[in-house]
Amino acid sequence: MTMAIAADGLARSFGTVRAVDGVSFEVSRGEVFGLLGPNGAGKTTLIRLLAGVLTPDAGSARVLGLDPTIDGSAVRSRCGVLTETPAVYERLTARQNLAFAADVFGVPAPGVGRRVADLLARFSLQDRADEPVGGFSKGMKQRLALARALIHDPELLFLDEPTAGLDPAASRQVHDLVDALRDEGRTVVLCTHHLVEAEALCDRVGVLAKGRLIALGTVRDLSDRLLAASPVALSFLDPVTDAVAAAVGAAPGVTIAEREEQRLVLAAPDDGAAADAISAAVRAGGRVVAAGRREHTLEEVYFALQEAPA
Amino acid sequence: MNWRTVRAVATKDLLEVRKNRIAIWSILGLSFFLSVGMPLLIGLLPFAAGPSSGDLGPFETLTHLLPPGLQDLPIGSRMVVLMLGYFLAPLFLIIPLMVAAIVGAESFVGEKERHTLEGLLYTPATDLDLYAGKVLAGAVPAVAAAFLNFGIYAVMVNLVTAPLVGGIWFPTVSALALAVWVGPAVALLGVSASVLVSTRVETFLEANQLTGLLSLVIVALMVGQGSGLLLLSLPVLLLVGLVFYGIDVVLIRIGAAIFSRDRLMARA
Repeated sequence: MTMAIAADGLARSFGTVRAVDGVSFEVSRGEVFGLLGPNGAGKTTLIRLLAGVLTPDAGSARVLGLDPTIDGSAVRSRCGVLTETPAVYERLTARQNLAFAADVFGVPAPGVGRRVADLLARFSLQDRADEPVGGFSKGMKQRLALARALIHDPELLFLDEPTAGLDPAASRQVHDLVDALRDEGRTVVLCTHHLVEAEALCDRVGVLAKGRLIALGTVRDLSDRLLAASPVALSFLDPVTDAVAAAVGAAPGVTIAEREEQRLVLAAPDDGAAADAISAAVRAGGRVVAAGRREHTLEEVYFALQEAPA
Repeated sequence: MNWRTVRAVATKDLLEVRKNRIAIWSILGLSFFLSVGMPLLIGLLPFAAGPSSGDLGPFETLTHLLPPGLQDLPIGSRMVVLMLGYFLAPLFLIIPLMVAAIVGAESFVGEKERHTLEGLLYTPATDLDLYAGKVLAGAVPAVAAAFLNFGIYAVMVNLVTAPLVGGIWFPTVSALALAVWVGPAVALLGVSASVLVSTRVETFLEANQLTGLLSLVIVALMVGQGSGLLLLSLPVLLLVGLVFYGIDVVLIRIGAAIFSRDRLMARA
């Protein structure tokens, strides 16, 4: 599959701070890729390097087949970037903001009015299109910034914390938008702190810490690599007796991680051990109504990464 | 260079300035004072109706700058004509300088303060497009304000001095040269210096204070004229304008050469 992004050993320092330190990764076209990491991990710097607005100290990148250091303007003409703050012109109206973006992104002049009107409608801003943006709520500004990022119909989108500070309804709109972008075949790089959001939206994630990419893959890949087998939850019709708990705990390799009124969560090394534990519970008189593995969440993976020795 | 982008950046900046009430009222206030208030004030000063003969003391040597028909005016009238037509005319250059400095100083550092710079730097506009757009945004209103105010000033001077002189005498050739030749040069000086400063400093206030130092150039011209050290005759004005244009070209070239998206973004 053609790569939308191929970074090879990218590095950039500011003074003595190594903001991005030898980062290599690839993103396929049409993929939704999550960049995770705490504040100051280097996510925004990495986007700036890929968009050609910062020059790397070392390493190189190809973005949509172009080198952003050499062809920065061409790369940016095919990328849309939603910055961490909406960065909209507050003294201008929403329509003026989008018309300006259309001009600098080279949207053909005869189509600018139509394109602006379409985006205003898509982001439910048409009723306030001719008001200064300074009076907009944060959610409206964020929607306007998203509309601006799409003004030139980009192939690749960098969304830096797209739901930061948004209420649940507005966040939901952003999630729907990312899904729609995926359906349209666009590539999306999503920087976020919201692990649930990343898990729901991203095909793969990369985790940055202190400028270095410390993990890369699907959530499943990372959990298999980093964590023990995911826990097995058993639900019972009746309260769990000591006899049942003892029988389950006696199954080879199985330990009880959590015990609740009608539920046991087991750490089982494999599916065979889990099946033995369930059989033991039934033999001890436990009436099992549900059993299944609970996949590790991205949050568990993320914190395992943060706690792992460097 | 992509002219559509340059024009878009300039137009956007002008729209923003137009909605900046403080900037607009500052420009209008200064324009009104220099173009309307000053001629009225000078025309109403007591010396306008001063003695009909005598000399102007140290300013007497300036009389020869006046058109022949005005050299024999009564001393009070001559003083008014000299002040409005010669001494204070360089003060006019403050207007293009101020407009240029306000728009120019806002250009990059203003965007940074309003958190819009990052969005601008993510556009496909090249460094040269951005720099040219910012320079154009400052130059156009500065030159327009200079010409408009000069027109108003000319009307006011003639209105005020008509009873003393008996006709229309302003603008003189040197005043015209000041307006159409030196004025745009000073506007460009203000823009090129302020945009350059704006790319290097952290706050609008800092940029504005630094570019405000340019008004010393105007003060120097006025002092030169008033002291008789630098009489702003036509050849001198042409030369002064030429020097300013030369400085403008150098500043714009330096500004465009050292403009760095990377540097701006690294500090954004």
